[in-house]
Amino acid sequence: MANTELVSEPVADPARTGRMIVYGIVALIGLALLFAPFLFQDVRSSQVAARICVFIVLVASFDLLIGYTGIVSFAHTMFFGLGAYGTAIALKNMGAGWDAILVGGGAGVLAAAVLAALIGVLSLRVKAIFFAMVTLAAASVMLVLASQLSGITNGEDGLIYQVPELFKPAMKLMTDADGKVLKIFGVAMNGKIAAYYFVFFFSAFLFWLLMRIVRSPLGTVLEAIRENEMRAEAIGYRVVAYRTTVFVIAAIIAACAGILWAVWLRYTGPDTTLSFSIMIDILLMVVIGGMGTMLGAVIGVVLMSMAQFYLKDLMEIASSATSGIPVVPHLLEPDRWLLWLGLLFILLVYFFPAGIAGTLMKKGTH
Amino acid sequence: MPSGPNASGSLIDRFGGVYLLPLAMMIVALPLVGSFSSWATLTVAGLAMGMMIFMMASGLSLVFGLMDVLNFGHSAFITFGAFIAASVLAALAAWVQADSLVLNFLALSAAIGAAALFGLVAGWFFERVIVKPVYRDHLRQILVTMGALIIAEQLILVIWGGAPLSVPRPALLSGSIILGDVAVEVYRIFAFFLGLIVFVALYLMLNRTRVGLLIRAGVENREMVEALGFRIDRIFIAVFMAGSTLAAMGGAMWAGYQGLISPTLGGELLVLVFIVVIIGGLGSIEGSLLGALMVGLMGNYVAFIFPKLALASNMLLMLIILLWRPWGLKPAVGG
Repeated sequence: MANTELVSEPVADPARTGRMIVYGIVALIGLALLFAPFLFQDVRSSQVAARICVFIVLVASFDLLIGYTGIVSFAHTMFFGLGAYGTAIALKNMGAGWDAILVGGGAGVLAAAVLAALIGVLSLRVKAIFFAMVTLAAASVMLVLASQLSGITNGEDGLIYQVPELFKPAMKLMTDADGKVLKIFGVAMNGKIAAYYFVFFFSAFLFWLLMRIVRSPLGTVLEAIRENEMRAEAIGYRVVAYRTTVFVIAAIIAACAGILWAVWLRYTGPDTTLSFSIMIDILLMVVIGGMGTMLGAVIGVVLMSMAQFYLKDLMEIASSATSGIPVVPHLLEPDRWLLWLGLLFILLVYFFPAGIAGTLMKKGTH
Repeated sequence: MPSGPNASGSLIDRFGGVYLLPLAMMIVALPLVGSFSSWATLTVAGLAMGMMIFMMASGLSLVFGLMDVLNFGHSAFITFGAFIAASVLAALAAWVQADSLVLNFLALSAAIGAAALFGLVAGWFFERVIVKPVYRDHLRQILVTMGALIIAEQLILVIWGGAPLSVPRPALLSGSIILGDVAVEVYRIFAFFLGLIVFVALYLMLNRTRVGLLIRAGVENREMVEALGFRIDRIFIAVFMAGSTLAAMGGAMWAGYQGLISPTLGGELLVLVFIVVIIGGLGSIEGSLLGALMVGLMGNYVAFIFPKLALASNMLLMLIILLWRPWGLKPAVGG
């Protein structure tokens, strides 16, 4: 990529404009998320904004695996869930304090790291292709465990718990002269705002961390491994060690995202953290955004989240409009949106394997 | 747990080596289970389950061995097979409930046949449309077949809805035979023998025919066979179609075995199928049979002895075997 930059310096470079567009979009999304509580004031929108923040971290950490290292893992929700369940169980049993988040979240992150190291050492050593299968099996066992060990996890119903005082809606961050909650631009400065900004800044920090990792020498080695494992090994990089390290890093960051999600939702259950449909969401987001671009994660998450909320509305209209025809309305039912997304996904992998960000930035497809 | 007959070397190898593992499991399980009659029931159930899983796993294993194609959409064939068989049996309800062996048998053959036919056609379509453009690119293979799996699962929801479907079982195969104080369900015997027939047919086909020779040679070294002038890609389509047919038949059998099926069935079985393929070693049907029998037996014994451990037991089995033999028990190449 450095080469094309040098060569095409004098003329207008399409890759450069593409890159500018991507940076622009990402910056715009970042700004929108930063001011989300002021821009979009209904409950549903703040929910979407927080979900986008958490999923950007989750998807970006998955991109570190699939895009930068060429590892396909289906266990990412497992690590996400470990962080979330750790936090949730501690908050439930220790009471709603910061110590609970620290202890529970810490335990979740630790468990994720140990499990990732174990899986990595065991199956990355064997054969890369086994890895996808082993992680799928591990993730499904974890999902069953979470719903079976109902003494700890409350099974399918999940856990509902209190969060620290600061994040409760009744909390007054700022008060006006009468002692009521101060409103800035019509937004009440209560605990919800504190919770949102906790999620936002923590996510931003984690994303920044990921950007640092892929730009570091480690990131370069990872791309070398992805491009040609044998050559990387031949120059003296221990491929298995690097792969395992990256898998552990990604697991830790996913678990951190899980903590944020647990604190924001005040609920943790199999459907919000561990379920296979979330794994599919992550996969779709990373491919749509662009594998191996990091910034693509941001675009992919935003697009998918929008689609999840608004495509369904659109399909509802289409379904009722075609209600006269036999099979068509069933295909257009809002619940069937994954069908169309799956189709889009396949076409994308065939024709634009680099995703939106990758295509715009003209990153070479590997 | 598989107690390791690996330790005492050549004598055990002479009597079958790793093939003794399921036998060892049965022997170890007997004192743990306690009563002989429950042990026998569990063993028969485990063997029947293993044979059905074998039917689903063998195709996946061969497809991977021959063309290095990993098909995550394999479970779609299983689910479709199960639902098609259930629908056919429901449509032929009169034959299913009839007191005539011939009509029973016809209904059952029609159900399994319909599933197999679907597997054949869908396998061809799947290979040509979904898999062919991404030969030799594992990452995109996984992504594309995953996308196809999403679509297939959604289509099942469109056609059959999300509610669990009950499967009528032919009168011929319901009920059980009493041997001493052991009650054995007829369906389990049927499943076991059908699986055995499939295995023997596959084994003979691979080891006694010219096509089988080419397939085995292709698994060993595809480039070399192609260099000798054989069209491996044509053989591959046939293998892929055979694999999807077997998966659909396995799904049909599974539907009858469970009696109640839901659209998530394929996804749940896919995990077992993967474990079987990993345990057995890629590319060999002997390995798949071995792995499937072990998984089936393990699942049934552990569910009886330590119910709490049941869900993690097969995962543990895979862990132990991967530590002991990283390539699986009986891989086609380098085993």
